[in-house]
Amino acid sequence: MKKEEDNFESDLSGEESQGNIASEARRKWYRRFRKGITTSTAEKKETPEGLWSKCPECNYICTTSELRENLFVCPKCNYHHRIGSDEYYEILFDNNEYQELFGNIRSKDFLGFTDLKPYQKRLDEIHANTDLKDSMRVAAGKVNDYELVVACMDFEFIGGSLGSVMGEKFSRAADYCLAHKLPFFVISKSGGARMMESAFSLMQLAKTSGKLSQLSDAKIPYISLLTDPTFGGISASFGMLGDLNIAEPGALIGFAGPRVIKETIKKDLPAGFQRSEFLLDHGFLDFIIDRKFLKEKITQVIMLFQH
Amino acid sequence: MPQYPNRQFLDFEQPIKDLYEQIDQTKKLAEKNPKIDYSSTVQQLENSIIEKRREITTHLTRWQRVQMSRHPDRPYTHKYIEKMSTNFLELFGDRNVRDDKAMIGGFASLNGQTVMFIGQQKGINTKMRQMRNFGMANPEGYRKALRLMKLAEKFGKPIVTLIDTPGAFPGLEAEERGQGEAIARNIYEMIRLRVPVICCIIGEGASGGALGIGVGDKVLMMENTWYTVISPESCSSILWRSWEKKEVAAEQLRLTATDMKEFGLIDEIVPEPIGGAHWDYNEAAAILKTHIINALDEIKIIPPDERIEQRIIKFGKMGFWDEAD
Ligand SMILES: [Zn+2]
Repeated sequence: MKKEEDNFESDLSGEESQGNIASEARRKWYRRFRKGITTSTAEKKETPEGLWSKCPECNYICTTSELRENLFVCPKCNYHHRIGSDEYYEILFDNNEYQELFGNIRSKDFLGFTDLKPYQKRLDEIHANTDLKDSMRVAAGKVNDYELVVACMDFEFIGGSLGSVMGEKFSRAADYCLAHKLPFFVISKSGGARMMESAFSLMQLAKTSGKLSQLSDAKIPYISLLTDPTFGGISASFGMLGDLNIAEPGALIGFAGPRVIKETIKKDLPAGFQRSEFLLDHGFLDFIIDRKFLKEKITQVIMLFQH
Repeated sequence: MPQYPNRQFLDFEQPIKDLYEQIDQTKKLAEKNPKIDYSSTVQQLENSIIEKRREITTHLTRWQRVQMSRHPDRPYTHKYIEKMSTNFLELFGDRNVRDDKAMIGGFASLNGQTVMFIGQQKGINTKMRQMRNFGMANPEGYRKALRLMKLAEKFGKPIVTLIDTPGAFPGLEAEERGQGEAIARNIYEMIRLRVPVICCIIGEGASGGALGIGVGDKVLMMENTWYTVISPESCSSILWRSWEKKEVAAEQLRLTATDMKEFGLIDEIVPEPIGGAHWDYNEAAAILKTHIINALDEIKIIPPDERIEQRIIKFGKMGFWDEAD
């Protein structure tokens, strides 16, 4: 069970260290891990301490390479670490070969939005410090020889928030699927809408639904995979609109965040509330899939739709 | 519509209250001195009230506009339906869980044409506010709305939605019954509806809770309303990590009808009576009715397939980004 409430909402602000211990631990883990794989092998040998990884759920310690071989799933408790688009693409695409699409689209501050920091400055800083352009990347490639278009979110980019760029990339990915008659697979991992884009972010819900409507008419399969966490605007739009809605085990998924619900009903939330297993029980998921069987399962799904 | 002294005044409406008090005092004087004619004084004060109403609403900050949208005397959905149409046949239930009192709907005659009205309903007193759950619908409310939209579509009747919600209800049971899925489904289905759809923000337009009945051929906003992705209060708490920055958040979010029109995210602003809809329900409803009828006349002549395509294109254009070569 969770020791600390994971208030993923705070990630939507794009600010670091907000005293949100659970989220901070996950973020640091991912940073360390990313740093580990970009370091050369020679350097790794010299700095063995960076290669150890502690599970935020059960505290089990194993090496990063062991974890990576296990697809970033804790070998002891099956906790699915929060990973990014790079890792999902590696898991899914044959020989890690894929073509990134629409990578040239970047967010900009159209409104001149300033909270604790100007939105543009926030964007510039993330662009300078990471190789991410926005919270969603789109790629086309082969999954066990089946061609597939995958749109995957990066939680590292302002909490995977849904803004104009995600909406546009999603739309173009859908158009690409329509043009090439390819199934569409979307991996969600997001705290919700990007507040710095105000109503423009809200309208992405309608924009993406319009595209799904066209996919639907063209009988193109659309599979939605929900991973930890998936909230707000994503669950209130394309996240929940898959021909199949599936999820990773133990992922926190919902419309309103647990903090808001707790404040509203003034009661503690039951154990397992808003977890994948809870959603499956209530009829909102087709199935839950362990990451190690993800590629196999997606292949099976495409195969069944195609034959 | 409440009349003075039963009217409620927002802090920036106090000068109007003062004028009402002056009228009261003048009338008392008139009773004491029947020989003196105070009617012109009263008339002058009444004119000053109208002037004050006008003056106050011309310089509202964005936060004050939010306050206006929540004015306790403001008319709600049912009032507009009653004033704009005849033969309202209210329909209940989602055919699944229960009837959600925060979401109302039904057929009515609008200018001789049968339309389906749907909207969030707020309560007019403490008891009713609770019954209406402050205009915050549960999943069954959105599913009720969808059921009614599908009913309208089946019989070729246009749909008019009136939006007034502080958000979809963030409750435990709402999550169990799939609040996200219910809103997502509505947005998806609305964009595909074969009948004309007009949406109007008549009060608060908070996020997915509003958009869940807000996808249409024409989206209108009344003058003293707001519409964006999050309430200024919640935005303040997340981005500024304090509940105290709601005024700043409202400014940054640019959530007024004027802002939204400028961004091209809505189609029309519906003017309100001088000082706001709460000063004259009849006039507010009459203006809204004209705008809805005009919008319907404009879109009902478009063939359904084309109308759906235009809807998808319209929302598809929304957004801003940089594109490097
Ligand atoms: Zn573990």
